[in-house]
Amino acid sequence: MAEYEAVIGLEVHVQLKTNTKMFCSCKNEFGGAPNSHVCPVCLGMPGVLPTPNEEAIIKTILTGEMLECQIAPRCKFDRKNYFYPDMPKNYQISQYDEPLCANGAVTLNLLAFPKDVQNDPKVAFDKKIRLERIHLEEDVAKSFHYETASGIDFNRAGTPLMEIVSKADIATPEEAFAYLTALKQILIYGGVSDADMEKGQMRCDVNVSIRPKGQKEYGTKVEIKNLNSISAVRKSLHYEILRQTADVEAGVPIIQQTRRWDDGRGETFMMRTKEKAHDYRYFPDPDLLPLNTEEGLHQTAKSRLPELPAAKKSRLVAAYAVTEYQASVLASEVALANYFEKAAATAKNKSAVANFLLNDYFATGGDIENIPVNPEFFSELSNLVEEGKINTKQAKEVFPKMVAENKAPSVLVKELGLSQITDTAALEALCDQAIAANPRSVADFKAGKTNAVNALKGQVMKLSKGQANPQVVGDILLKKLSA
Amino acid sequence: MASPDIDVRYVADLARLNLSDAEAATFQKQLSDILGYVAQLEKVDVSSVAAFSGPVVNNLRPDVLGESLPVEVALSNAPQQENNLIVVPKMIE
Amino acid sequence: MSALYTESVASLRRKLAAKEITAVDVADQLLARIEQADGKLNAYNFKPDAAKVRAAAQAADLSKPLGGVPIAIKDVINVQGDPCTCSSKILQGYTAPYDATVIKKLREAGAVLVGRTNMDEFAMGSSTENSSWGVTRNPWDTDRIPGGSSGGSAAVVGGHEAFAALGSDTGGSIRQPAALCGCVGLKPTYGRVSRYGLVAFASSLDQIGPFTKTVEDAALLMEVISGHDPKDNTSVNRPVPKYTDALKQDLRGMKLGVPKEYFISGIDPEVEAATKAAIEHFAKQGAEIVDISLPHTEYACAVYYIIAPAEASANLARFEGVRYGNRVKNPKDILDLYRSTREQGFGPEVKRRIILGTYVLSSGYYDAYYNRAQKVRQLIKRDFEQAFTKCDAILTPTSPTAAFKVGEKTSDPLQMYLADIFTIAVNLAGVCGISIPCGFTKSKLPIGLQIIGAQWGEENVLRAAHGYEQTTEWHKEVPQI
Ligand SMILES: [Zn+2]
Repeated sequence: MAEYEAVIGLEVHVQLKTNTKMFCSCKNEFGGAPNSHVCPVCLGMPGVLPTPNEEAIIKTILTGEMLECQIAPRCKFDRKNYFYPDMPKNYQISQYDEPLCANGAVTLNLLAFPKDVQNDPKVAFDKKIRLERIHLEEDVAKSFHYETASGIDFNRAGTPLMEIVSKADIATPEEAFAYLTALKQILIYGGVSDADMEKGQMRCDVNVSIRPKGQKEYGTKVEIKNLNSISAVRKSLHYEILRQTADVEAGVPIIQQTRRWDDGRGETFMMRTKEKAHDYRYFPDPDLLPLNTEEGLHQTAKSRLPELPAAKKSRLVAAYAVTEYQASVLASEVALANYFEKAAATAKNKSAVANFLLNDYFATGGDIENIPVNPEFFSELSNLVEEGKINTKQAKEVFPKMVAENKAPSVLVKELGLSQITDTAALEALCDQAIAANPRSVADFKAGKTNAVNALKGQVMKLSKGQANPQVVGDILLKKLSA
Repeated sequence: MASPDIDVRYVADLARLNLSDAEAATFQKQLSDILGYVAQLEKVDVSSVAAFSGPVVNNLRPDVLGESLPVEVALSNAPQQENNLIVVPKMIE
Repeated sequence: MSALYTESVASLRRKLAAKEITAVDVADQLLARIEQADGKLNAYNFKPDAAKVRAAAQAADLSKPLGGVPIAIKDVINVQGDPCTCSSKILQGYTAPYDATVIKKLREAGAVLVGRTNMDEFAMGSSTENSSWGVTRNPWDTDRIPGGSSGGSAAVVGGHEAFAALGSDTGGSIRQPAALCGCVGLKPTYGRVSRYGLVAFASSLDQIGPFTKTVEDAALLMEVISGHDPKDNTSVNRPVPKYTDALKQDLRGMKLGVPKEYFISGIDPEVEAATKAAIEHFAKQGAEIVDISLPHTEYACAVYYIIAPAEASANLARFEGVRYGNRVKNPKDILDLYRSTREQGFGPEVKRRIILGTYVLSSGYYDAYYNRAQKVRQLIKRDFEQAFTKCDAILTPTSPTAAFKVGEKTSDPLQMYLADIFTIAVNLAGVCGISIPCGFTKSKLPIGLQIIGAQWGEENVLRAAHGYEQTTEWHKEVPQI
């Protein structure tokens, strides 16, 4: 039996975060009452003309820069002709032979992969998925389908849409998942889009074929649509690769077709076979003069280049002495990394702040977008521990209240009566008491079981009602026992 | 230049235009004449000429919100509407 | 009072300023003239509403450059609240929800908008016979066509049913009907006048321009309608000169080019004779006549009939009955809605050009037709650039013949297309041109002279045209209707 490999390419449409539409000054907004953000231009009324949105062009170039693309020296728009009721002019203004950005790549990373494969030694976590092109176009309207009729809302018509086309470099459903996760992360980093698939801000069409391992020629391509989340992309690919493999093994030829993913049933269904090739009759849009990108637009985009996840991760390790893993997690979300940098600003032990944030905070079920805590409190809390004012155990008591009430840790320490006993004389008395009450542990210690000191330490902590400084107690006990 | 053998039916379908048989026949003849006439462009040496295109000018629109139409005006020309949606026969995906 | 309706805009303005007449007098006389003449000419698709026009005249601010001056508008330019049919059945019932930029400018200049003029459907044609509103008649001979596509605008100005009108010119649609109706028609440099609100035929060629009775009026209107418009990406940000100042200079010292390629076979002998006489007249007035060559002119028609239909095929895709206009009753499905609405809504010439344009862009033919045509277009543009290093303006006939009979050319579209042979190259090159009266045929049909200017060469064109007009009498003739 032959072994098969999949060849996967993704076409991702990304809604750009701009104030206005691509070619008119109507609001670019998700939702809104039907047909409330429309004007003669985006309704394709007779006589109207498009005016290109500068910001959309800059954001597309910025995306190209973040993804290491070549930026075209001039920006030209073409008309793509086909009739559909959701497209007001019955042509879409798009880019055909001169996309704004060409080539480039998305580099995957461990955390972009699904959790369940993050320990799989067979996975190439830092694979580069090459891009074919990125171009800018206008989105179509939204349709609602009823029994015998369809209704059209043109609010989305004409909003700026970026199409990012990968090369067929993706080999597994997990790589597809990681590609989309990493791409989304970068788009959010650049402030280009919120890239939420569930809201349709990022839409993905998948092309997948299989071929016997080692074969050069591609198999017949199947397109999958209706993918509303990154995990749906992964699931649909698993399903589709199995389905195609089973067909090929049973001698059933794969026909070129478009299939629809049904997330509820976890299956793909045939929508249509490719009848005849589309004849889009592309030609340069005579309503739009070509633009020069080389100076103003490209410079502006470059000046907005953010620090990207990989660079951020290295800097966090170097500047904050956090672990590689902590840095990866922090850099995976720009909002998280930004919060961390504020939270750790005045901390003596910045890795401890990372721990509070990544372990203790997320354990409360909160998210980073809505974190209610003044970031400075993280530094304050970790410094209280660092300076020996409270111990770690006490810090864990303070933390949930700090989150729930957004109150300064120093205030909470007082309210909870948690100040730590560091007064040596008082502690010595408690140590003597513990030694006297536990001759067995003392004997063990003297017999060479140095661990026995911990049992005594526990006793002292108990006697102090948890307020003793464990470090100081340990020192006193060792001194007394070794005397 | 391509032969002036225009497939009027195929092209009319692309353009979403019904044609009667009589119209198709008339157009076939007339368009063949016109294509025959424009075939004279084959004589021109264009090997070192770039295609005409407008001047490169950065006439860009700043991303600033403007006015939209009130929904009743936006839909006032629609042949059929319901619930502020423009209605058409059911679309097939 | 003498016939006020034969006055020029400039003369009206002087009389209004001197309070010899009122704007309401002007409106009333014009309305009466339209009642008397339009039954014969059928030049208006929508005649002006008398009450509205009088009210607008009453309210007009006479201090504005066109204060109180009635102006007719080709039925292809959007005027908020008005129909805009483009003489097509497919736009029946459409009401414009916005003003074209030129309409805003006319309103700001105090003009009174009067009526919508007939045209070839979607500006496709040279005779105004392709109209769902019926043929418009030539004011000099009502058996004849007024030219096209802006035949209605030419007829209302030539027939004194308007003081001035706006038209649009894609391949000669202002200059050719102006020539055939004996008035002045100017096609501005591409990018000079905003196209926002002009229903597009061929976007890279279309320009709005004025029809007037005199060259001075053309200059006045150009001062109002020109200028950069942020709503039109192809409109150019360049100051608008005071065009009327260009009229102060006479013809002495002007270098005027005569291209040998424009005096070849197919030109009517009377037209040729009138044009040559006009050239001599320029020389007598002190202009220097120079021989020039526009070698790629012979290809202009072929290039045009690829590029214009190609752009039109996409521009007219929006007319399908979904969002506005006529929708076929009870369509079977969405495809039927498109196909039947367009079948019933478009006339034969529009269908012909949509099919032609779709074909030249279709898979496998783009390079052979569209791309090659754009390359030859570049050569045509270069011809003009070179010619204008030798002269200030170019003199040619506007149309190879005077007005032909209604129905004479409708069965042979190619012959009809060749009626634009002298005007088309100007659009392809993006330069400007004017047509002015330069004589009559023996049967008293007007003949037009075309004066072509370089890009942004409107001042030279207006100066030459004005110099000729002021030393001739042709423009003073009034047709009997
Ligand atoms: Zn809009």
